[in-house]
Amino acid sequence: MISRIDKDHSRFREIVRGKIRQNLRKYISRGDMMSRKGQDTVTIPMPQIDIPRFTLGGNQKQGVGQGEGEPGDPVGGGDPQQGQGAGKAGEGEGDKNLEVEVTLDELAAILGEELGLPRIEPRGTQSLDTKKDRYVSLRRTGPESLRSFKATFKRALRRQVASGTFVKDLPIIVPIREDRRYRSWRTDPRPQSNAVIIYMMDVSGSMGDEQKEIVRIESFWIDTWLRSQYQGLESRYIIHDATARVVDREVFFRTRESGGTMISSAYRVCSELIEKEFPPENWNIYAFHFSDGDNWSVDDTATCINLLRDTLLPACNQFGYGQVESPYGSGQFIKDIRAAFPSQPKLVTSEVTGKDDIMDSIREFLKGGR
Amino acid sequence: MALIPPYLRELQVEIQGYADGYGLSYFPQVFELVDYRQMCEIASYGGFPVRYPHWRFGMEYDHMIKSHTYGLSKIYELVINTDPCYAYLLEGNSQVDQKLVMAHVYGHNDFFRNNHYFSRTDRRMIDVMANNAARVRRYMDRHGVNTVESFIDTCLSLDNLIDPWLSFRDARNQAPASTNAPDAVDDDRVRLQNERTYLEDYINPPEFVESQRQKQREKREQVKHRNPAQPERDVLGFLMQHAPLEAWEADVLGILRGEAYYFLPQMQTKIMNEGWASYWHSRIMTEKALRDDEVIDYADVVSGVFASAPGQLNPYKLGVELYRDIERRWDEGKFGPEWDRCDNLEQRTSWNKKLGLGKAKIFEVRRLYNDVTFIDEFFTMDFCREQKYFTFAENRRSGRLEIESREFQQIKQKLLGALTNFGQPFIYVVDSNYLNRGELLLGHRHEGSDLKLDYARDTLRNVERVWRRPVSILTQVDEKPKRIRFDGSEIGISDEPEAFKV
Repeated sequence: MISRIDKDHSRFREIVRGKIRQNLRKYISRGDMMSRKGQDTVTIPMPQIDIPRFTLGGNQKQGVGQGEGEPGDPVGGGDPQQGQGAGKAGEGEGDKNLEVEVTLDELAAILGEELGLPRIEPRGTQSLDTKKDRYVSLRRTGPESLRSFKATFKRALRRQVASGTFVKDLPIIVPIREDRRYRSWRTDPRPQSNAVIIYMMDVSGSMGDEQKEIVRIESFWIDTWLRSQYQGLESRYIIHDATARVVDREVFFRTRESGGTMISSAYRVCSELIEKEFPPENWNIYAFHFSDGDNWSVDDTATCINLLRDTLLPACNQFGYGQVESPYGSGQFIKDIRAAFPSQPKLVTSEVTGKDDIMDSIREFLKGGR
Repeated sequence: MALIPPYLRELQVEIQGYADGYGLSYFPQVFELVDYRQMCEIASYGGFPVRYPHWRFGMEYDHMIKSHTYGLSKIYELVINTDPCYAYLLEGNSQVDQKLVMAHVYGHNDFFRNNHYFSRTDRRMIDVMANNAARVRRYMDRHGVNTVESFIDTCLSLDNLIDPWLSFRDARNQAPASTNAPDAVDDDRVRLQNERTYLEDYINPPEFVESQRQKQREKREQVKHRNPAQPERDVLGFLMQHAPLEAWEADVLGILRGEAYYFLPQMQTKIMNEGWASYWHSRIMTEKALRDDEVIDYADVVSGVFASAPGQLNPYKLGVELYRDIERRWDEGKFGPEWDRCDNLEQRTSWNKKLGLGKAKIFEVRRLYNDVTFIDEFFTMDFCREQKYFTFAENRRSGRLEIESREFQQIKQKLLGALTNFGQPFIYVVDSNYLNRGELLLGHRHEGSDLKLDYARDTLRNVERVWRRPVSILTQVDEKPKRIRFDGSEIGISDEPEAFKV
């Protein structure tokens, strides 16, 4: 039976989740969550879950205390209402500045509900063999813990009958070394769908700190959301200015660089990566590219479009391009690729003007549920 | 939950024997042994096994389980005011802890039974609460969990608007309200006292007296149709009677009101109750129950209970020290006009009339007083100095708390201020047909501290939800009289000519 308090408790958790949902935009755009992963908990301050009453505000914190000291001396301990010494239940209800802990996965799930995202279906028959051990056969050697009593007994019985040492009236079976059989396993391949997300970020000089922050937060949430959808999700991170390189997660979320912008460099690295490590027949591939849309030259943009058309789009489940508005960038790139692929469902583009748009942009990217 | 094992049973018999020996008179005492989860569960339900479903209990539980798991706090004991009196012991506590808790519980039990302010509480509250829970559940089944729960939220938001003296005034309340009193009584109020008849016309000029009378009559006429006739502190009760509520809503409101009244005396006597229980656990343990090998553990626990960290007031400590002080003073005869008049330090320190009235006095105090009267009467200057009390306040520049003063009067005033009406504002129903528009007018009797405005606004919304017409509250903001009004869609604050007074 579920106890009453558990019901009340889960009711409380529901309310907390509701509150989180209401203020999701605010929490999503908080940068400090990016240091967390999966089961890590995130502490969210939640001031307004109290029941309002007519209470005295008091213009000043004040009270009566006990102990040594002269007027003017600081009173240790800080909050006058907290705690009751050791032992007794906290009777003094301090400021109910509730801090709620939720795991990042939970937060991602709330994000999913709030955005109304469909669950991403593992598509196609792409499969990768993973291994699973099953005990199916016997062998002559092995650890005693795996000894099969039944098989061993049978072998011994058969040997004794064959050699004539079996006495019908006194059926004592004594297995010898050769009779022993041990259970043995076979490793079966098991099909499992796999997914990889490739994030590309423009870190060129025209991307200011704020733009980079937006990109990082957005890719962080996409990452978190997709991780909650797929077991064993792979991620790859590429940063580029005029040249591109694959970096690890830490670097991706922290790097500050500057330089010119050659978007094709990133696309090239990306397609090499796919070719080498993630053959499309085995992998669901999601690629996201974020930039301020300020490419170096028209020629380079043409190269990009070619790369997209010939290798990236055919290989990917979805290719997302997010363009962050920047005071320096021309923002031309998004127009160019929209013009080049007017009706390509695999290509999703989105423009982000500020932190508040992050949610909408994530919705753009993920609503297709590919 | 299980009844206690034999070794605890023996312990109970032993402790109960000591309690009898000291003359405590208590309800039959039942102990139950619970694990810490159950303890947290019961504690979040305010000590009762069954309450109506509400998320707030879940929140309390969340908080308690967490702080218990992280070792921040531990609930040693839990005792409720019922007959028989139930108390819960925490499984896994050491024997000396259990002993201490039992002794403490007998103190509480005695207090519940004998203190005047508890005399009107329902001692079968466990059943009442369980019935309430069943009713609320039934309403939830019929009207939906969300509907009922949000109405409970609304009611809880108002559950401090009750009249602490309601249960004691019922009998007198039957008398006709003073507005119906004959003219003659008013006449005396208009006239100034005057013993020299030849000055009568100068002191009470007839035309002035007449105009005053006229005013009074008008005022009476105004008030005559007013509901309530006098400002009413039992706001919840008033709403229950007069607000346009559906039957189930009125019932839920009544349930919450009843429970609020039940818990009220515990807030009125926090210091006294804890002090009394601590006084007795300390005497029972140190004089009788404690064995040699338990002394250190006992001292460890007790020092935690009485610890007064700077910047906080420990009701256990304050209460127990006051009882001890009272006992000492009455034993030595340090009371009465003679003692008060004496200002010779040497005499005062060596004062001892060997009256031995201490024990009788503290028993009397525990019967008749509540926290406010307790502090008012027995928190003396000597006590204040001995115990090193001070007031503190936030230094606005540095933002830290600093000792403000060691002036006796200031300390006592602040202490009493915090205890009066348990630190809650005085709110009255002033008029239920305000401006002849069926609006509800509340009044906040300002005692030096403003209402917390953001909370007041939200609470006003909840009052409106119950009253279903615009509601206003008279109050003061930064020493200016104001009226806050909520008309169902927006909050407005306007100036008022006069502050609300009763």
